[in-house]
Amino acid sequence: MTAPDERRPAKGRAVAPPARSVPGTSAPAPDERRPAKGRAVAPPARSVPGTSDIARRTGPAGLPAGLSRAQLLELYYFMRLTRSLEERLTNLYRQGKVIGGLFRSLGQEADSVGTAYALDRSAGDMLSPLIRNLGSLLVMGARPVDVLRQYMAKATGPTRGRELNVHFGDLERGFIGQISHLGDMVPVMAGVTLTFRMRGERRVGLVYVGDGAMSTGAFHEGMNLAAVRRLPLVVVAENNGYAYSTTLERQTAVTELAQKARAYGVPSERVDGNDVLAVYEAARGAVARARAGDGVTLLELVTFRRKGHAEHDDQHYVPRELLAQWERNDPIARWAARLTESRWADQAALEAADARVAAELDEAVRVAEQEPLPEPGTALGGVYAEPASQLAPWYREVPRG
Amino acid sequence: MAEVTYLEALRQGLREEMRRDERVFILGEDVGRYGGAFKVTEGFIDEFGDRRVIDTPISEAAIVGAAAGAAHLGMRPVAEMQFIDFISCAYDMLTNYVATSRYRANLACPIVVRGPCGGYVRGGPFHSQNPEAAFLHTPGLKIVCPATARDAKGLIKAAIRDDDPVLYFEHKYLYRRIKEQLPEDGDLVTPIGSARVAREGTDLSIVTYSAMVWKALDAAQQLEKEDGLAVEVLDLRTLLPMDDAAILATVRKTNRVMIVHEDTRTGGVAGEIAARINEAAFEWLDAPVLRVTAADTPLPYAPTLEDYVLPQVADIVMVARKLASY
Repeated sequence: MTAPDERRPAKGRAVAPPARSVPGTSAPAPDERRPAKGRAVAPPARSVPGTSDIARRTGPAGLPAGLSRAQLLELYYFMRLTRSLEERLTNLYRQGKVIGGLFRSLGQEADSVGTAYALDRSAGDMLSPLIRNLGSLLVMGARPVDVLRQYMAKATGPTRGRELNVHFGDLERGFIGQISHLGDMVPVMAGVTLTFRMRGERRVGLVYVGDGAMSTGAFHEGMNLAAVRRLPLVVVAENNGYAYSTTLERQTAVTELAQKARAYGVPSERVDGNDVLAVYEAARGAVARARAGDGVTLLELVTFRRKGHAEHDDQHYVPRELLAQWERNDPIARWAARLTESRWADQAALEAADARVAAELDEAVRVAEQEPLPEPGTALGGVYAEPASQLAPWYREVPRG
Repeated sequence: MAEVTYLEALRQGLREEMRRDERVFILGEDVGRYGGAFKVTEGFIDEFGDRRVIDTPISEAAIVGAAAGAAHLGMRPVAEMQFIDFISCAYDMLTNYVATSRYRANLACPIVVRGPCGGYVRGGPFHSQNPEAAFLHTPGLKIVCPATARDAKGLIKAAIRDDDPVLYFEHKYLYRRIKEQLPEDGDLVTPIGSARVAREGTDLSIVTYSAMVWKALDAAQQLEKEDGLAVEVLDLRTLLPMDDAAILATVRKTNRVMIVHEDTRTGGVAGEIAARINEAAFEWLDAPVLRVTAADTPLPYAPTLEDYVLPQVADIVMVARKLASY
């Protein structure tokens, strides 16, 4: 029997990032794809630089991608916050305080943080995450204490103990909570971005799928609808090698997820998902395209799931040498090294960021831990807008069970 | 007052709501330039433009999902299923995403999903379905089934204004067969969750909805003429939330109840209604609650087969006589 890694050349080259743009997967120029019939809200002619322009552009101090020192350091902070929060959750899980499953994004932090960071929150951009996009939520302004409350089923959490883990949303902060049915958020975000378009708002949506979610019908329908309406949507395809225990080879007959974009007539890019700057730059370009009215872009982020599907899963099916390879390609270690080697930040600044993360999480855990579970009776409300129509009138008088 | 068909009443309701509220928009297959497979939205694209009347690919899950996303942001989408049979393609989106959104995420999802249901039109197994029972079991949804032109208009307007997701099942057999005088001005809204006594009676009650209201009325007339029975017909209009008070009132009035629906029998809406009567009004009954429904088969195409499977006036009369003489 062939070991999975032997049939996975892309995965084998752990440290070698994939080519930024994959020939053959880029779509024709926007003008060729635009339907002859003009849209109600015609996108303006644009002069937004493409990704490669942004990549080349450096600030006055030799800083990359038009980001300030503070922003470059902030990318580090959010990745560190993501990892440390998950580590705290792991401890709480082992103590039995995290009640449901725990889903780690270890090694994928650059993917979540870099993409979400490319959105313009002040413009009202929105995203919808997947289970391994805790970092995206944190960038959008989700508070660690609320994530802890979610995992510990606290009454004080955003869903008051009704939903678990990162399944929560906040329209004000710009994220819509996912459900467990993979692919479903693609049509939903198509509707969100359709609304941006109908209202003439220059807002952008971003939605995550994985190598597994891309096999669902909902993904296909949503992607096709968004593409055909040229909606301002960025679709981030996280290729982390495994959907639970199923390898990419058993999930799809293509070797690169970016290839699927061609079937929808949208441009794509394949990016090293463990290089936060490359992820940010690619996402920034896709967001700019969307905002300019040029429609959907699919970004494939090549990364790796370094923990099991959830904490209970020892991922015995993942070859040890593959894990070791990707451990050496850690996105946080890479970014820390790049920051200091490029003199964009010094070691003291990184340590200060680490200390800030630790202090914030100490406080968040302290607060969340002592909070109560919801009262049983609160389970009944809020099914409908009007309380009166929730239940049959005599239901409450009939003994349960 | 002008005489309008069930279909025209529905069209009027949609048009009036789109004029009243610019957040209302329509999406679905062939709803724009073509005007919909049954022409419900004919002329809409000319009046409201392709920004508010959106032709989609054949993607029921994406239609409903996109409607949900728009609704979260404050829009009032009306999604058309070309035939309601295809709503099953959006079952996941409706039951898992839409129906739960308020409860799990405090996220409003005021969408309407509407489409032609029902048989008696030789549509075969995939253009004749009545899918209400599949959704009655899903907390968070509302379900309306208009039987009259007045309610076709009144319920679509109420559904669009409702803050929760509403499934609106319009019966295609009634589209052009039912005509009614409706006021030309004024705001005709039928409240969701409120049944209507379609015919007063004292001897037994037929609880029903949608096209079966008309068959029940025909049966009631025949029973009055041939048996001297005063049959009450209760048109539920809304299945979810169900008008329990109206059901209990007719039970207490006649003490003999039968439920008639076009959908198949096992796991059908009638079972739920019978259970509610049993729980809340057992002492008021003089006879068991009986059902008239379609047979438990997919719906066949040939007229001889379809007529055999679907409930007919004669079936209702037969069961009513049994009930009356119990």
